[in-house]
Amino acid sequence: MDTNQLEQNFDAKLARNESIEPKDWMPDNYRKHLIRQISQHAHSEIVGMLPEGNWITRAPSLRRKMVLLAKVQDEGGHGLYLYSAAETLNISREELIDQLLTGKAKYSSIFNYPSLTWADIGAIGWLVDGAAIMNQVMLQRTSYGPYARAMVRICKEESFHQRQGYEIMTVLAKGTAEQKAMAQDALNRWWWPSLMMFGPPDEKSPNTANAIKWKIKRETNDELRQKFVNQTFPQADIIGLKLPDPDLKWNESKGGFDFGTPNWEEFYNIIAGNGPCNKARISARTKAHNEGAWVREAANAYAEKKKAVLA
Amino acid sequence: MAQDNQGMLWEVFIQTKPGQPHRHCGSVHGHDRELALQNARDVYTRRNEGTNLWVVPSNLIVASSPEDIGPFFEPANDKVYRHPTFYTIPEGITHM
Repeated sequence: MDTNQLEQNFDAKLARNESIEPKDWMPDNYRKHLIRQISQHAHSEIVGMLPEGNWITRAPSLRRKMVLLAKVQDEGGHGLYLYSAAETLNISREELIDQLLTGKAKYSSIFNYPSLTWADIGAIGWLVDGAAIMNQVMLQRTSYGPYARAMVRICKEESFHQRQGYEIMTVLAKGTAEQKAMAQDALNRWWWPSLMMFGPPDEKSPNTANAIKWKIKRETNDELRQKFVNQTFPQADIIGLKLPDPDLKWNESKGGFDFGTPNWEEFYNIIAGNGPCNKARISARTKAHNEGAWVREAANAYAEKKKAVLA
Repeated sequence: MAQDNQGMLWEVFIQTKPGQPHRHCGSVHGHDRELALQNARDVYTRRNEGTNLWVVPSNLIVASSPEDIGPFFEPANDKVYRHPTFYTIPEGITHM
């Protein structure tokens, strides 16, 4: 079959909403797009363990500590599902990790903000996981089979992540004046970065057109952002917190909220490496990778020994 | 008894629809990969049960042993906080 025919088959499969599997023919750019997106997603899970890990030793009760440990452990697991999905596209784990550590691959810019107070753990679970879930629910129907199946598992497991964060916020918002102020402060700092998680506005997003055409994404950045604002407003309202946006107001005609514009300059600046924690995050990952070298060496030595015994 | 060679044992996994995970459905004998795949097709998909088939040599599958089921899966038993129902959420909250 020539390339034209293969490409027609591929397009027809997408048109029938059939998934693309690792052994199917796919255009080079589809493969590249997926490697970029899935690896970025995997790196985000792994780097995302850092801001929350920061509070494990200082969680205010044993219950909160167990929960936070379980959540951070889940994120590690999600990173592994996603790395494995990316590897089905013919890229090795070593290459993927190297791309993260050398800055060739990105991860979600939100993990370059610091987690300053315990309320940040609440805000991260509620807003950051909430935004991630919104994106991931859509990705359960993404056109690449292994990615879609990883998303199904991840969404199921994440259902407690957002709730535990919201529960923290609920308790703080009902607590003393200081506790409520702490919850509001965390909401103020995490709200705009959470909106940025959906990516730049559609007209400025270089990858959106292909992602939609190839059915990798089923909804655009702006559509998801709008949905997130609509869902989150009542959740804040019911526990007496205020979304920090003076332009936020209900728009009857579109059946959704109008809202302000995130500071995109800040967004691009962080992506360029100049966020408050970019360097700390990568150096933490590099340190973990280097200090884990002995484990990989030991595993290889064990495999060699086994081979020698069998031979 | 005659020592006829039945070939290796292969485990068969069927994907019932595009996008669905491959599910284990049984096993077949086959002398090589190609024959195993053809045998699996003939044995397990005579009524269009699938869109894709995997065959994997049975001896390459590593499985947990049923006797160890208790201690092996025990670590997950006391972690109810991994389930969303563990958390108290105010009345009227939707989409969570």
